[in-house]
Amino acid sequence: MASVNLEKIVKTYPNGFEAVHGVDLEVRDGEFMVFVGPSGCSKSTILRMIAGLESISGGELKIGNTIVNNLRAKERGIAMVFQNYALYPHMKVYDNMAFGLKLAGLPKNEIHERVTQAAKMLEMEHLLDRLPRQLSGGQAQRVAVGRCIVKRPEVFLFDEPLSNLDAKLRASMRVRLTELHRELRERGQPSTAIYVTHDQVEAMTMGERICVLKDGTIQQVDTPTTLYDRPVNAFVAGFIGSPEMNIRPATVVARDGGLGVEIGDTMLPLPTAFAEILRNRIGDKVQFGIRPEHIGTPRSIVAAGSQERAAVANCAFRLREHMGNEVYTYFELGGHDFAARIPTDFAGEIDAAERGQTIQLGFVMDKAHIFDTDTGLNLTLGALS
Amino acid sequence: MSSDTVASALPKTRIPSNAEVLRTQRRERISLALRYLILGSVGLLMLYPLFWLLGASFKSNQEIFTTIWFLPKDLTQLLDFSAYYNGWMTRTEFTFATYFLNSFLIVVPRVIVTLISCTLVAYSFARFEYPGRKFLFSIMIGTMLLPPIVLRVPQYLMFKELGMIDTYWPLILPSAFAVDTFFTFLVVQFLRGTPRDMEEAAIIDGCNALQLLWHIVVPLLKPALISVALFQFIWTMNDFIGPLIYISTVEKYPVSLALKMSMDVTGEVAWANIIAISIVALLPSLTVFFLAQRYFIEGATSSGIKG
Repeated sequence: MASVNLEKIVKTYPNGFEAVHGVDLEVRDGEFMVFVGPSGCSKSTILRMIAGLESISGGELKIGNTIVNNLRAKERGIAMVFQNYALYPHMKVYDNMAFGLKLAGLPKNEIHERVTQAAKMLEMEHLLDRLPRQLSGGQAQRVAVGRCIVKRPEVFLFDEPLSNLDAKLRASMRVRLTELHRELRERGQPSTAIYVTHDQVEAMTMGERICVLKDGTIQQVDTPTTLYDRPVNAFVAGFIGSPEMNIRPATVVARDGGLGVEIGDTMLPLPTAFAEILRNRIGDKVQFGIRPEHIGTPRSIVAAGSQERAAVANCAFRLREHMGNEVYTYFELGGHDFAARIPTDFAGEIDAAERGQTIQLGFVMDKAHIFDTDTGLNLTLGALS
Repeated sequence: MSSDTVASALPKTRIPSNAEVLRTQRRERISLALRYLILGSVGLLMLYPLFWLLGASFKSNQEIFTTIWFLPKDLTQLLDFSAYYNGWMTRTEFTFATYFLNSFLIVVPRVIVTLISCTLVAYSFARFEYPGRKFLFSIMIGTMLLPPIVLRVPQYLMFKELGMIDTYWPLILPSAFAVDTFFTFLVVQFLRGTPRDMEEAAIIDGCNALQLLWHIVVPLLKPALISVALFQFIWTMNDFIGPLIYISTVEKYPVSLALKMSMDVTGEVAWANIIAISIVALLPSLTVFFLAQRYFIEGATSSGIKG
């Protein structure tokens, strides 16, 4: 059993600044949990508190069934991969991996066995005799991971481990790390992992559950798809997804047979499910959110089978970016900037459009979200299918 | 598409005229030669006193004071190493072997205690939070600004009370308490510029503070510590005023005092002997410098950080 339990965890710095405000979270045994958030959201601070590198000002931290608040790092059964790899520069790869085991007083042959086994798992047996400065970034990162594996910790901690790698390597290391985690879990070894990143793509692809943080408080903890489809507030909605969700000010208005939102001078009708929730908010200022892929040309909307739920509006075209299979289209609606992701096959009229030209775009309204302007809460969460 | 094909296609499309290439190459060669000439002559000018010293050890007193050219007039004199022999034997009952040994008896222990004390103090300043740390650090920097001479008298009286006059203790002991603030400062700054990740990784690996120091911090500090050892070696080797104040027995003289003593002998001074022995006195420092040079240059860049 190696779940990690955070109860009302608080971090206050000596200068009185409270960085973490009573965080409650359970990371289940064997789970791959990702902490994600913009810089300064204290995700690394929480990780370092779990690691024992940072003191815990308040609350209770449990690893397994033990309260570890006052245990030293080495007694917590954790291992950590750092952003800069933090390999010991004067030791060969083998010694880097064996260092912790030597300190723990393990017999030599056991150390040897564990190191070679981990090296085999990470396909880096040929690197064991090298010094860290002779490794490429990707290799160094693998060694850093290997150094954790040999310790057979209850919990793996990752502090932005891929952010120093180039984009291509990052994508392949992402897959490798995820596979490694599943492999350990299938073998029945302890494999609880907490992974910190500021990159929402890493969070979405790697996390079994994701914990979105902002300013030292948890915004939402859920699976990637739930976070994407049912964000609890405008922050989560805007942070998860790329290009990010269009979130623009709008007004709830009544129209014959239901409700709509007015963005500038354009009115978009809201589905009936929304109308029930927003009935007593007519005239209120709200935030209207819609993901770029839920905006399309009339043809792409038809191709997606969403024509019955879509509202068509006249938009002013600004710019297009060809991504291969998709065209990112930037346009203005009611004086606000929007972005759309349109499959290239249906983007013919976009390709022909010139700056400022009026184009017709469809909005799949039952995929939209309405957020409260002040609290940012998702008002339409209950109406989402 | 690839840059390779572009590069290989380029010469076919545009072949520069042969004359143009030659002209550019000639211009580059001339500019290079000019740069070397200027740098070389300035370098020579700065090293000339050293060459002169070397030549003078083969000259007679009369020639030393009448010519500025570094080679002796009669080049066969270059084969005559008697000045080195006579200088080494000295006119006292001890040879310079004794004085060199004495110097090393001061230098070696002093370098060792400096390294230990500097590392410990710098480690605490750079890595630990404790009340009064900033205040203590500024006091330490403050002592760097004191002229060393103001401490001579109180220090002398103190060591006299301790009965350490005419021993090497007054020359070695202060360094054991990190009073060479410049070195401590150097190591502190170096350590502050070194990322803490490796130390944190080692904490998670199970190091306590002292294991951390020995297994991780000291290896990281290697370039800085080599600089400290090098400077302390050279400065102590060349120190004159310290031994002059504390050492009174000729048998205990280090090289610097012994050299001065050779000059004090009344009557005819054979300058070639003194010059010859001062060249020999330069050798330990030079050797140590050239041995350490490689590490000296190798900075902290060789740590585990790479993009």
